[in-house]
Amino acid sequence: MTTTEKKIGTAANFVDERLGAAKWVKKSLNKVFPDHWTFMFGEVCMYSFIILLLSGTFLTFWFDPSQKEVVYNGSYEPLQGLKMSAAYASTLNISFEVRGGLLMRQIHHWAANIFMAAIVAHLLRVFFTGAFRKPREFNWILGILLLTLGLVEGLLGYSLPDDLLSGTGLRITSAIIQAIPVVGTYAAFFLFGGEFPGTDFIPRIFTLHILIIPGIFLAVITIHVMLVWYQKHTQFPGVGRTEKNVVGHPILPVYMAKAGGFFFVVFGITAFISAVASINPIWLYGPYTPGQISAGSQPDWYMGWLDGLVRMAPPLETHAFGHTISWNILIPAVIVPGIIFTGMALYPFIESWITGDKREHHLLDRPRNVPNRTALGVMSITFVMISLINGGNDIIATNFDLSINQIMWFSRIGIFILPPLAFIITKRLCLSLQRADRELLLHGAETGRLLRLPHGEFVEVHAPISPEKAYLLQSHEQLVPLEIEDVDARGVRRPGAIKNKLQRRLSKAHAVSVPKVTEQELKEIENH
Amino acid sequence: MSNELTPIDDSALPQHAPRATDVSPASEKRAEQQVAILFGLSGVGSLLLIYSYIFVKDTVFIFIPIMGNQNAQQLGIGIGMAMSLFFIGIAAIHWAKTLMPDKEIVNHRHEFRSSDEDRAELVQTVKEGVAGVQLGRRKLIKRSLGAAIGLFALPPVLLLRDLGPLPGKKLETTNWKVGTRLLTDPGNRPILASDLEVGAVVQVLPAVADMEHRPLSDIAKDPVLLIRLRPEEFQLDAERLAMTHEGIIAFSKICSHMGCAVALYEQTTKHLLCPCHQSTFDVTRAAKVIFGPAARPLPQLDITVDAEGYLVARAPFNEAVGPSFWERNSQ
Repeated sequence: MTTTEKKIGTAANFVDERLGAAKWVKKSLNKVFPDHWTFMFGEVCMYSFIILLLSGTFLTFWFDPSQKEVVYNGSYEPLQGLKMSAAYASTLNISFEVRGGLLMRQIHHWAANIFMAAIVAHLLRVFFTGAFRKPREFNWILGILLLTLGLVEGLLGYSLPDDLLSGTGLRITSAIIQAIPVVGTYAAFFLFGGEFPGTDFIPRIFTLHILIIPGIFLAVITIHVMLVWYQKHTQFPGVGRTEKNVVGHPILPVYMAKAGGFFFVVFGITAFISAVASINPIWLYGPYTPGQISAGSQPDWYMGWLDGLVRMAPPLETHAFGHTISWNILIPAVIVPGIIFTGMALYPFIESWITGDKREHHLLDRPRNVPNRTALGVMSITFVMISLINGGNDIIATNFDLSINQIMWFSRIGIFILPPLAFIITKRLCLSLQRADRELLLHGAETGRLLRLPHGEFVEVHAPISPEKAYLLQSHEQLVPLEIEDVDARGVRRPGAIKNKLQRRLSKAHAVSVPKVTEQELKEIENH
Repeated sequence: MSNELTPIDDSALPQHAPRATDVSPASEKRAEQQVAILFGLSGVGSLLLIYSYIFVKDTVFIFIPIMGNQNAQQLGIGIGMAMSLFFIGIAAIHWAKTLMPDKEIVNHRHEFRSSDEDRAELVQTVKEGVAGVQLGRRKLIKRSLGAAIGLFALPPVLLLRDLGPLPGKKLETTNWKVGTRLLTDPGNRPILASDLEVGAVVQVLPAVADMEHRPLSDIAKDPVLLIRLRPEEFQLDAERLAMTHEGIIAFSKICSHMGCAVALYEQTTKHLLCPCHQSTFDVTRAAKVIFGPAARPLPQLDITVDAEGYLVARAPFNEAVGPSFWERNSQ
């Protein structure tokens, strides 16, 4: 035994005699994590969250969350002598006086964007591969919660510098709160400490932004990751991979080295982007005053789709009995997002109701093999993309010399027509891909080599595919529609006929798929 | 199911294909050196960061194609930090991929559902525990507990009451009173009707006691846009026309949709456009909404001139300015 081993042994003995951790740690170090590049999205989320904690802490050392009026006398000449809030002045100070301060601000903002982008990518991966199915519904809901928290945290974060752009964002936020029937005006007055903008809001959202929400984030992320650990990661289908096992590299040493290294890579890339690419140059916007605005006011992209929805809303208000209900705000900013997020959170249960599938799933779906779900996902992406395009309609109009009104009308009509169209096209594409898989399995891969047969016919030579590939192509389950009878065995109508009908129809639509290759078919081909 | 293919035998699981570093000592040596070089590059990055922090002045700018002029200090610190982090990561990954064992292993999964015995025991334990509480029997305790918890929920809500004042009529009032002078913003100068030429647009604020320290919450309600047109360009009813003065018309600058400043005026079309959500208002028709999500025209301020010929408000706004709210009487 070397001296190092002895030292480590003594330390380990000390810990184990007190915690009895040896058994658990031994098991944990041999824990398997399957490999796939799409599994890194979730890692990027976690790493950029750590980057946000580190860079954010740095920023709090100089940031003054106060709306007290000060006169700027820092080193940025264009704003010298101007009245502004202490929050804005201290943000300028971080950008121009603190060495590396601007870099940290940019790292914080870029990391927030990367965080949100990685959450979206992770969400799409989990959705399209069916990783949310039983037993992982809890974790799916926690994920939706994290996404929602991220939207709020991002909005609060870029509002803190109190510049003209973010102030405009807060003006819109206050209008949304004010639009809520009955309690809206009171809620807005309580949040802002009186009339907009008041002097209380920045210190209040500062506490939320740096303490409460990160605390909730930490707790939820911890549970999220612990559940992945406890339930074991899903894996893509392939030879040797079943519902009963998990194949991959053990934590020690390979996964630990790769994942640990990946954290540094994510941090390094974020730092590089932040070193060379400016983001949120608040000194160009000037301090916030409600009487002014900059043209092309844009929120960050993850809020941009909501702004796009608000822009395309019809000019509808109800005026009755001395009260006003702003449908033009409530529908796009409260009702539609509410439906979308609730629908997302409930989706695992909705799909399980449609398919009647209550089994555990640990093998991931290839998106083409579940056409209905994939089409639904692409439909949702299309919806958000049209909203996002409309959220940037002014930028698009000026850059491409188009009319804002035309883009707006394109979005207003497109938001109803294009998502369903995307659904239909995606479903057809999935079925075509299934057919292509079937062809591949039955006839092998096309080689592009043409043969002329003795009697003059031309045929293309097909090469057999590898057994691994063949296994993958037939490893999925054939989707089958639920059989629900309207009448029971004795011919009596069962209760809930409309519900049954709906479930039957949805189930039938969900189960549309190309028949899998059967053993007989394969034999016939072989004998051919 | 019989119509499905039997899975391919598990033993066909692809065996560990040896890497170059597994078979060739030269290759292994090279990989080791590569990892060391990558760690070395990280060190170079850290040194670059330290050098830039201490020795590069923050007044030095260097030109980089595409990116333009960049502050040398920020760039040096940033690139140094990026290198020092990135290369540690790449080195670790390269190490793992080329030199650490490459064999995949298999863990087994177990169903999460607990055994029936465990479930039954749990139910029994819970039942016994709940029975021990005796809530069903002790009605007095049950009711007083309910009342206590109900009352207990009120103080936390009450304690938040002082977050802000009650709205009252604040959203419906501005600093525009009968006879309030219109002052230029910025400048706080009173305006003669003759100061404005046809086609001119001026932002004005009401004259108040302390013009140097207007609270932002006033600036969120008070701004007004003055626009002078040729009188024949107006398409207004008599009532609205009477609120103008010699072709000068005044509208609240605060958007009736979500309260942004309606800052863009198009001379040729006489349209006001809000940059936030593109609500468009026609100045010639009393700021009627002709496009976008706003549901109400911008409130019009009734203006005239005082004895000295300066523009003043003849009356306060006759409706609330800014975005809608539940208590707003929009009739």
